[in-house]
Amino acid sequence: MARTIVIDPVTRIEGHAKITLQLDDDGHLVDSRFHVVEYRGFETFCEGRPFTEMAGITARICGICPVSHLLAAAKTGDKLLAVAIPPAAVKLRRLLNLAQITQSHALSFFHLSSPDFLLGWESDPARRNIFGLMAADPELARAGIRLRQFGQQILELLGGRKIHAAWAVPGGVRSPLRAEARDWILARLPEAQATIRLALELHKRLLDGPLQQEQRLFGSFPSLFMGLVTPEGLWEHLDGQLRFRASDGTIVADGLREDDYASFLAEAVEPWSYLKFPYYRPLGYPDGMYRVGPLARLNVCDRIGSPWADRELTEFRQRSGQVAISSFAYHHARLVEIVACLEAIATLVEDPELMSARVRSHASLNRNEAVGVSEAPRGTLFHHYRVDDDGLLTKVNLIIATGQNNLAMNRTVHQIARAYIPDPVPAGVEIPEALLNRLEAGIRCFDPCLSCSTHAAGQMPLAISLVAADGRVLAERCRG
Amino acid sequence: MSVITLQVDGRDVAVPAGSTLLQAIRAAGLSVPTLCDLEGLEPVGACRLCLVELEGSQRLLPACASEASEGQVIRTDTAQLQGYRRMAVELFFAEGNHVCAFCVANGTCELQDVAVAVGMDHSRFPYQYPQRAVDASHPRFSLDHNRCILCTRCVRVCDQIEGAHVWDVAERGSDCRIVAGLDQHWGEVDACTSCGKCVDVCPTGALYAKEDTTAEKHPHPERAGQLRRAREQRQWTP
Repeated sequence: MARTIVIDPVTRIEGHAKITLQLDDDGHLVDSRFHVVEYRGFETFCEGRPFTEMAGITARICGICPVSHLLAAAKTGDKLLAVAIPPAAVKLRRLLNLAQITQSHALSFFHLSSPDFLLGWESDPARRNIFGLMAADPELARAGIRLRQFGQQILELLGGRKIHAAWAVPGGVRSPLRAEARDWILARLPEAQATIRLALELHKRLLDGPLQQEQRLFGSFPSLFMGLVTPEGLWEHLDGQLRFRASDGTIVADGLREDDYASFLAEAVEPWSYLKFPYYRPLGYPDGMYRVGPLARLNVCDRIGSPWADRELTEFRQRSGQVAISSFAYHHARLVEIVACLEAIATLVEDPELMSARVRSHASLNRNEAVGVSEAPRGTLFHHYRVDDDGLLTKVNLIIATGQNNLAMNRTVHQIARAYIPDPVPAGVEIPEALLNRLEAGIRCFDPCLSCSTHAAGQMPLAISLVAADGRVLAERCRG
Repeated sequence: MSVITLQVDGRDVAVPAGSTLLQAIRAAGLSVPTLCDLEGLEPVGACRLCLVELEGSQRLLPACASEASEGQVIRTDTAQLQGYRRMAVELFFAEGNHVCAFCVANGTCELQDVAVAVGMDHSRFPYQYPQRAVDASHPRFSLDHNRCILCTRCVRVCDQIEGAHVWDVAERGSDCRIVAGLDQHWGEVDACTSCGKCVDVCPTGALYAKEDTTAEKHPHPERAGQLRRAREQRQWTP
């Protein structure tokens, strides 16, 4: 008899989701689905509001990376005003995004994912979390928490608060950087660098040791990768242009402008998930599957452009391939990106132009439509607004990083399920805890933020269901 | 100038004849919450937050719009008044769409301050979520009807200080709203001098400069009183 395994809810991710494993009459796995079960509808209720509010409104979608929405909204606002923002504002926004990526990646690695690697997949789920890590390795946990604090503190130094600071505005930013803030950043940089060095050494030891199977089985498949690069092809997180690279290293498309996103991206809808399925339009659905985020950014760029990060990138490619196709490599990519962020922060805070008092250009509405882009920690984020002649929004489209990884997340779940659940599944089987955790960990590679991607809220518990061919749920495991 | 004496919350106070109860309360060193009242503008008693009890009367009086009389005994802070004030503030929040998180006036909003002052942490009344528009047709300013509490400060300052009388109140009950000109888009009203006084005195984020984003509004409600003193008393310093 066919059945379905359901994991509901998925834990240690941002948002609400469940996983179902569909079995046929003989107990063989035929399909695996990652369902996003929350909905918020931000795009619709923004309509009618002034575009100047979008930075404030969309930053409220999420408390993890409000900065990404803030920057995408502010950049879209710049285009509606049709202004060039002051050079200091460009640099201050870049500093904000670098701090954001640092804190978010530190959260993903230390708080959410490392308990699996360091405490073990089969360890007690009640202790397999940041608190278990604190007990097992207090120094590492402390260093990880302080690395995240470093990023968060920069956000507060710039915007006045750690989350939801509406500091980036159409035309620039609200306030310049104070000298004391710059000095604080400089003083704390060495500790942050030491922590990421420690984390990289540790992670590389694990990759070369106990985590080799995970690298092969956690979402390792060819796909396209998309991300921003500079005009010279270097790693980029806020400006620049879009590039698609295939798993064989071919640059499929380059120099793409966000304004033209509709010509190369399209979104499919499935009835079983609130999360849409964006795909690369020229290849169609679902062949146009692409991945975004830290792994994609490292795959699309030629190099990063700062010495330590470039050394790490070289080593990353030696381990995972010139184009890394395993989703498990997202974790390593996050650590390499933190190195890139810390080097870029160090360069920025030494730049005298960063301290300029001229940080905002003033203008009234000059265009009726614009698209803004930023690289969120989880990948490329698009904001697309249409406004009437008074600046009131008539159409909003937000394309979120996690949504763009949706096809790849589903493929990852299927690959892990195929590797770890028995074939066929015996009747009346209990789902082993280790399988549940590995399926969740497959999703966690992407560090998904479902609150943003469905424009929905909350922390992310996981549910897994085993469903028979006739639709009966045979087994369920939940964590909330 | 003749003087009258009265008692406010047990304190004896003397004020010039013709003073309002609100002036007497303040002269006694006490305060009551207000939203529609503003120095420099004629009182209207619209918000009902300054209601006080008058000994010997069953009726509550709006302190801003009631003249003080000799020998009155006033109470400003009874349990009944506290309950009514909190209820009035809850109704303001329930009948409009007040979302502080991204409002231009977050942090400088008088409605927000009053909510804190009366101890409101939620509304006991169901939120109405009315469908209201934003008028962004003026080149410099916007009117967000979602945030309007109909205090009519804008109506009065434009009429009594600027002399342009752009604003009026239209409709009835829950349909009541501020209108510009003859219920036109603000940007189409020739009478508007774009002076910005209505924006200065608005207690919430309903009227704001177009460039303002979240929490960027810098209201100047004191300007109505300053202009009145300058005009009538030739006094140009605050």
